Amino acid sequence: MSNDGVNTSRRTFLIGLTSAVGAVGAIGAAVPFVKSWQPSAKAENAGAPVEVDASKLEMGQRVVAEWRGQPIWVVRRTDDMIANLDKLNGELKDPQSKEDQQPPYAANEWRSIKKEYLVLIGICTHLGCSPLFEEEPTVELKYGGFFCPCHGSKFDLAGRVYQGVPAPTNLVVPPHSYVSDAVIIVGSEEGETKA
Amino acid sequence: MRLVNGLIDWVDARLPVVNTYKKHMSEYYAPKNFNFWYYFGVLSMVVLINQLLTGIWLTMFYSPSDGFGSVEYIMRDVQWGWLIRYMHAVGASAFFAVVYLHMFRGLLYGSYKPPRELVWIFGMLIYVALMAEGFLGYVLPWGNMSYWGAQVIISLAGAIPFDMLPFIDAKDAKEIGEALTTWVRGDYLLSTATVNKFFALHVVAIPLVLVALVFLHILALHEVGSNNPDGVEIKQNKDENGIPRDGIPFHPYYTVKDLPGVIVFLMIFAVVIFFFPTGGGYLIEKPNFVAANPLKTPDHIAPVWYYGPYYAMLRATTIEWFSMSAKSWGLIAMGGGIVVLFLLPWLDRHPVKSIRYKGWLSKTLLLIFALDFLMLGFLGTQPASGLYKTLAQIGTVYYFLFFFIGLPLAHRFEKSKPVPERVTGGH
Repeated sequence: MSNDGVNTSRRTFLIGLTSAVGAVGAIGAAVPFVKSWQPSAKAENAGAPVEVDASKLEMGQRVVAEWRGQPIWVVRRTDDMIANLDKLNGELKDPQSKEDQQPPYAANEWRSIKKEYLVLIGICTHLGCSPLFEEEPTVELKYGGFFCPCHGSKFDLAGRVYQGVPAPTNLVVPPHSYVSDAVIIVGSEEGETKA
Repeated sequence: MRLVNGLIDWVDARLPVVNTYKKHMSEYYAPKNFNFWYYFGVLSMVVLINQLLTGIWLTMFYSPSDGFGSVEYIMRDVQWGWLIRYMHAVGASAFFAVVYLHMFRGLLYGSYKPPRELVWIFGMLIYVALMAEGFLGYVLPWGNMSYWGAQVIISLAGAIPFDMLPFIDAKDAKEIGEALTTWVRGDYLLSTATVNKFFALHVVAIPLVLVALVFLHILALHEVGSNNPDGVEIKQNKDENGIPRDGIPFHPYYTVKDLPGVIVFLMIFAVVIFFFPTGGGYLIEKPNFVAANPLKTPDHIAPVWYYGPYYAMLRATTIEWFSMSAKSWGLIAMGGGIVVLFLLPWLDRHPVKSIRYKGWLSKTLLLIFALDFLMLGFLGTQPASGLYKTLAQIGTVYYFLFFFIGLPLAHRFEKSKPVPERVTGGH
């Protein structure tokens, strides 16, 4: 083949340009395919944040909501309950919440934004059973807490796991925030996440 | 007869039928000294065909929106459905069994060494595609082990240490991990959306890839020619017609030799299907006879046996290193365990191909490696605690030492036997 009259640099430029435009087109065309794997509008609705009004909750009581198929507990702790948390530190695996089992704003001793309200995912970190809420002291839990009937894991009233039980970590605190004084929105951090 | 010949000529003028047949069958010269280990390639093909056929039939009755129910329907109501399903489920394990033996054959005789690196690479890609296919398929019956197995595997995306990338800190890394798992699930929890997606990948996408890779694997093999138990290149010794002196035509010699092997394999396969279809919980795990239940975790989540070695590596790591969590290191060990196999052709620096002529050190290292792999496979299916955990750690370390120290250096510390000019009878 003769190269007469061929402008090589123009040809190289055109090949490069065509390839670049083609690549952009290919990436653009991939968007719907990749995006279709995201949760559908239906799944998004079902997984939408859940509002819990904790103001009507009696002191020391719990309310259960559901968010993304998981039980969500909101406990309104009494002053006694909060005061007792400190006394247990020596018996717990992770009293300071060092493990990544909660959003940063709940990484404290009482594991919540406001000391009064505890928000937890009510699933045992051992094998996924749902522990029982013991607001009164029991044989196992001298200041009350959560007791898993399946394999005997124990958690205090901040969802912190005891030593010597099968559950490896504290109960999970879901992402949540306050839309008003005592109305908690679970699954959204758009409200207030400071005490 | 003239009509048939005429038809063949007509087609052959338009499609290289005769040429292809000659190149890959009647004039493909394979070494004449193949032994027992050379059955597992053709057996992989047999199982692949079994999986495709039974798989297509299962899609006729399975429905991803009612995974568990439709598998029960296949097992109880569809005529002969139980057989087709067990052929497919046991076939999955059989696939890995023959592929592992096929790969070990490669290790024994250095079949990955030049000029067969690409044959090995394609084979490894098949292996990886097979692992994906097996995982996706295991989720479809939507039993409780399907659910929790998928939960564990998908959550691995959350253990990818994205924070090792520049500009990404730990909190964002966690969010990327979560976004990725949500993307894979197509929901905030494992749901029908996930099963539907996995169904499409399991029955369409991955099988297409698998078949294409098998085609390339064989094409590359036939280009360079088969290795053999002596590791002798038969193409270096050709007769006056250009035919290797130690080669015999694949058809009819090896097709006829393979046939009894296939029959024996099918006999064993049938015994398992008819008498031990669940393999005592190793082929189909017991919790999978209960429907998926997000609120009830099985006592012990274990993968099916064929993922055992890599699952054991995943769990073996317990220490934080260089600011990466033990979980991330586990992921690296597991991924690295597979990646290192791809590098095998370049890690093995031994001048001798076949184990027959390597020295005692290579032989011992390979034997320990085989035992190590089996041990890791067992440990992966057991709860990780105490002694088992320690053994898994030792096993993982040996696995990598074998590839990074044993294979590159063994030849410096041993005396190899002379490799013969021509293939031998193995005596």
